[in-house]
Amino acid sequence: MSGQFQLDGQAVPFEDGQTILQAARAAGRYIPHLCWHPDFPPHGSCKLCVVKVGGRHLSSCAAPAVEGIEVESDTAELRAERRALLQMLFVEGNHFCPSCEKSGHCQLQAQAYEHEMMSARFAYFYPPRPVDASHPDIVLDFNRCIFCELCVRASREVDGKNVFALSGRGIHKHLVVNAESGRLADTDFAADDLAANICPVGVILHKRQGFRVPIGERPYDARPISRVELAAGGREADE
Amino acid sequence: MSTSGSSAGPRKLRVATTSLAGCFGCHMSFLDIDEYLFDLLDRIEFDRSPLTDLKHCGPCDVGLIEGGVCNAENVHVLREFRKNCKTLVAVGACAINGGLPAQRNHLELGACLQEVYAFRDGLSGSGIPNDPELPLLIDQVHPIHEIVRVDYFLPGCPPSGAAFRAFLTDLIAGRTPRLDYPAIRYD
Ligand code: SF4
Ligand code: SF4
Ligand code: FES
Repeated sequence: MSGQFQLDGQAVPFEDGQTILQAARAAGRYIPHLCWHPDFPPHGSCKLCVVKVGGRHLSSCAAPAVEGIEVESDTAELRAERRALLQMLFVEGNHFCPSCEKSGHCQLQAQAYEHEMMSARFAYFYPPRPVDASHPDIVLDFNRCIFCELCVRASREVDGKNVFALSGRGIHKHLVVNAESGRLADTDFAADDLAANICPVGVILHKRQGFRVPIGERPYDARPISRVELAAGGREADE
Repeated sequence: MSTSGSSAGPRKLRVATTSLAGCFGCHMSFLDIDEYLFDLLDRIEFDRSPLTDLKHCGPCDVGLIEGGVCNAENVHVLREFRKNCKTLVAVGACAINGGLPAQRNHLELGACLQEVYAFRDGLSGSGIPNDPELPLLIDQVHPIHEIVRVDYFLPGCPPSGAAFRAFLTDLIAGRTPRLDYPAIRYD
């Protein structure tokens, strides 16, 4: 089965079983997202992919495409709501971009740029989140976690190691390492694990790699994440 | 310094600038607009600023604040700017999110001072400075929007000269400042 729906007034075809976000992407249309990853089932935690259908908010990464629906995505209202979500993520962690090795490669930062987030607007929590540099090849900077659980899922489902988990609730939610000591060095984590290479922000960092790419040449320096992704999507389809 | 604009042309905008808990990097980047500074001086004049060395702020059109708030004096200066400036702008990472100085926020202030003034090698042994002239430190460093209302934010560490230029051009023309994609940067 297949059909089509309207995204911001333009037709998008879909195959049965596709979500709104997947169908949009396949049609070369961009809906912002953070916790979603093409190789994993939807997580539905960041809500950046929010769209409106019939006046109701839906997470487009999880909502199935349905024949004939009218989906709003690129509207001033939804842009403002997405910006507010990003602002909350910034104040709930400690995001000091100038000293972050992920800067210029970071999806959270790139989304904030694209949504013209000029400040985090809310009061900062400054939660204490000590780093873990115990592992010979990887450093964990917990200050920047957005709780997408991509590392948790990759480690458990692909690497077969179950190195990470989330613990706590609300502002106390944080990423933990599944070892008695809580230290990454005391796990069988390795730098070529998928979990070591999937974090969309600057938590799971490879040692001795930082700041290799000069400012100006990093993925999101010149072009917004929507354009970078659509270009990459085109390449992926060719492969 | 003259406050009256010349008889010809529009009145000059009066601009004040300061650095609170900042490194003056934003001020240096502001000067990176190079020869555009001459065009700018046809349209603006400076009030309180490290560039004029005026110590207090009079009524102004625009206040540019670099740096976050780490001590009691920063709070007073920030309030003086808010009181006098029609438009207040948070300039740079530290004014917007606390920046580098805020990296002490998860440490206890006393422990932090001891680490710097008591436990380091090669110190004179005079301990933590407590001269009454020194402004009282606040337990955490805060971005300025947590203390006063802020009208606009100019991110970057520092914002580039081009970002300053685009921002001020909009402001002088009476438009809401808006930066193009590559000019919005947090590093
Ligand atoms: S993780 Fe991203 S948003 Fe956070 S400090 Fe690093 S670059 Fe900035
Ligand atoms: S460490 Fe990275 S991948 Fe893991 S949950 Fe946090 S943000 Fe997601
Ligand atoms: S991308 Fe859909 S909720 Fe995060």
